[in-house]
Amino acid sequence: MSSTNTGEAIPPTQKTIIITRFDPDKDEVPRKQEYSVPCEDNWKVLDAVNFIKDELDATVSYRWSCRMAVCGSCGMMVNGEPKLTCKTSLKEYGDRVDIEPLANFPIVRDLVVELDGFMHKFEAVKPWIKRAKEKAEDKAALHDTKLTFSQSTEELGNFKQFSMCINCMLCYSACPVVANEPDFLGPAAIALGHRYNMDSRDEGNAERNEIFRGEGTVFSCSFANECSEVCPKNVDPAAAVNQAKFEAVIDWAKGLVLPSPSSGGSN
Amino acid sequence: MEITRHDIVIVGGGGAGLRAAIEAAENNPTASIALVSKVYPMRSHTVSAEGGAAAVAREDDSLELHGFDTVKGSDFLGDQDAIQYFVQEAPKELALLENWGCPFSRNEDGSVATRAFGGMTTKRTWYATDKIGFHMLHALFQQSMRYKNIVRYDEFFVSKLLVDDGVCRGVAALDIRTGEYEAIVGRAVILTTGGGGKIFPFTTNGTIKTGDGMALAYRAGVPLKDMEFVQYHPTGLPGTGILITEATRGEGGYLRNSKGERFLVDYDYGVGNKAELGPRDMISRAIVQEIEAGRGLSGPYGEYVHLDLTHLGADTINAKLPFVRELAKTYVGVDPVTDPIPIRPVVHYMMGGVDTDIHGATEMPGLYAAGETACVSINGANRLGSNSLTECLVFGAAAARHAMEFSQGSSNGSDAALLAQVEEEAGRVENLRGRKKGGEKISEIRRELNAVMETGYGVYRQQDTMQAGVGAVAQLRGRVADLRLEDDSKVFNTELITALELTNMVEVAEVLAVSAAHRKESRGAHTCRDFTTRDDENYLYHTMANHDPAGPRLGKKDVVLGKWEPEERKY
Repeated sequence: MSSTNTGEAIPPTQKTIIITRFDPDKDEVPRKQEYSVPCEDNWKVLDAVNFIKDELDATVSYRWSCRMAVCGSCGMMVNGEPKLTCKTSLKEYGDRVDIEPLANFPIVRDLVVELDGFMHKFEAVKPWIKRAKEKAEDKAALHDTKLTFSQSTEELGNFKQFSMCINCMLCYSACPVVANEPDFLGPAAIALGHRYNMDSRDEGNAERNEIFRGEGTVFSCSFANECSEVCPKNVDPAAAVNQAKFEAVIDWAKGLVLPSPSSGGSN
Repeated sequence: MEITRHDIVIVGGGGAGLRAAIEAAENNPTASIALVSKVYPMRSHTVSAEGGAAAVAREDDSLELHGFDTVKGSDFLGDQDAIQYFVQEAPKELALLENWGCPFSRNEDGSVATRAFGGMTTKRTWYATDKIGFHMLHALFQQSMRYKNIVRYDEFFVSKLLVDDGVCRGVAALDIRTGEYEAIVGRAVILTTGGGGKIFPFTTNGTIKTGDGMALAYRAGVPLKDMEFVQYHPTGLPGTGILITEATRGEGGYLRNSKGERFLVDYDYGVGNKAELGPRDMISRAIVQEIEAGRGLSGPYGEYVHLDLTHLGADTINAKLPFVRELAKTYVGVDPVTDPIPIRPVVHYMMGGVDTDIHGATEMPGLYAAGETACVSINGANRLGSNSLTECLVFGAAAARHAMEFSQGSSNGSDAALLAQVEEEAGRVENLRGRKKGGEKISEIRRELNAVMETGYGVYRQQDTMQAGVGAVAQLRGRVADLRLEDDSKVFNTELITALELTNMVEVAEVLAVSAAHRKESRGAHTCRDFTTRDDENYLYHTMANHDPAGPRLGKKDVVLGKWEPEERKY
């Protein structure tokens, strides 16, 4: 028996939960398996999957951890849409709920997808504060609290939204470009690179813009805006890609008339 | 079987592990640093910390004050040399984190903003709205990517420490994706795997917090220290246990009982006139007392009280506590702008852990630990909120420096001896995979363990239930050796991982139970109904638990005093 926290108890509803099953050692292709689950009124989609794992079928494989929408582990396709399952109410769905692994990623097993490609894209944008020169003063700053960077609330606001990405990868599942061009850098990685470009403490723009001007990056985006629509954290990666595109062009145009700025060391 | 050699091997990719990896990589750019984690580092539970990280930053503050607050918060069980080192390193470490891009909230002049926190006499908690853990973890993880000498082993489960000739020389790790074991060998090992809150049913902890590092060290013969001290955070959401940050009170929120009274003013726990800014152990007790006095509210997940933020207004809540608003709306259907949030005390943090010295070194040469896994101890019997993230940084870095130093002078150990250990471990786990002959179900053992821990080791404890718990957990230790497993696949076998985690949980729980039952006093978070006062004469020492096939064997270790004499803990 469950309920909203303060209201009256509501009896559970029986739903059919359909899980995509795939074990590379046993299955040629993914198959579907149905489970009948007594779903509590306040359950998230993840609760139903956990019920299956604990009570009905211990062989179902998937990732989850924080169950508070911040670790980014539990993204799955729910009735065809990418969702963070610990944040998605089950009662929004009818009697049959189809749960599949995130689209546009290779399947490792069942609902577990491969992150290798995503992680490489992530690293490719050099997601760390780059200073034009690793100045001695900068090193000293690292060991003196009084030498933390000053940053206005407005400067913080320039990138804060883009720093909220939990790497849940829903945007890659929703992105029509990723679906057709697996090498496309993709929404989250571009948003991340842009986040550092917009950080007043960072001086790595030139280098990142060069990456952004390369093949399979910002100019591959077709502005479908699907990424921002599915983002559970309102990061708005589409806006980041749009801004990054603009900055990359401006930066390139500047390079035509001005000597290119020093881009520092390779790190 | 593969054997891979590194200079040091770090197990756990959260705040402490990433900080250790970066320190080691900076310390020696030619050294190879293995970072082994059962989840991708950005999934680590550091991610869920909300309120902030403590370090002296303001003119009206001092290291002396931060030190004393921490000692007093620990109910004088914290080691004062470690605490002095901690408060001294804290500002440097947070400045580093700022330099690495953590989006700290700012004052109008552009300096890093600080907020009030429980048990802290002034504002010294650096914050990033109400998602410091998330931002800290991601800043560290992203920073770690610039060091090419950090070799990540993502989604590798470490089930055994490799010990040869009394020295820790690496780990046996199961590659979750392939189901194959690897020998990840290094001349020093650092454990940074977090705590084990999942031994309790109602906890802020994510499902990955299963006490792995504690169990690894314990099985290898390294003592666990002060395991009886479990922090109940005053404000968790009923049902799920999701954390609602102490920053809600730091920013001016009130706790109210069923009559709408701001009851904490009657308990005299507050700092000055800020009744809500008492330390966590005391506020959790006050909530339980209020409920026991019949002034709680009733819900399907038991009794609770209200956390009222409505008087703060939408602007403050949106600017400083947006995640709290999102969590309350999503998980209890309450908008804190207009309605109070139902909350109750929830298991949050383990003050105890792997016994280390001030350098993160355990008593086993080559083995280090940092973060919640470790017990240095700066937290003693009760941790102050916002000290733990800073602890991850300070002692993650310290452990890395000392592990690197140790590794320079240490020999490699014999490949054959280490490989034999990994092969033996791989064989053991191979027998467990899809083990159909067993009689016990994972979810059932976990449920029973959770029930025993909740009954015996709550906010208030008493001898009879603690003793009953000791027997019950010992029995579960027998039963967990006879699990029945359904999944015989090699690839991403999460049932197998859960079985290994459950064994770790039972071992950690048993140490907790035995340690708690032995301490016949009330100190910090260990509060006994039958021994209601602190007893410095008989119990001013750290509880040390050593592994023994018959069950934990307890010993004592002196508390390092010297600067501040124990006194009555009043706020």
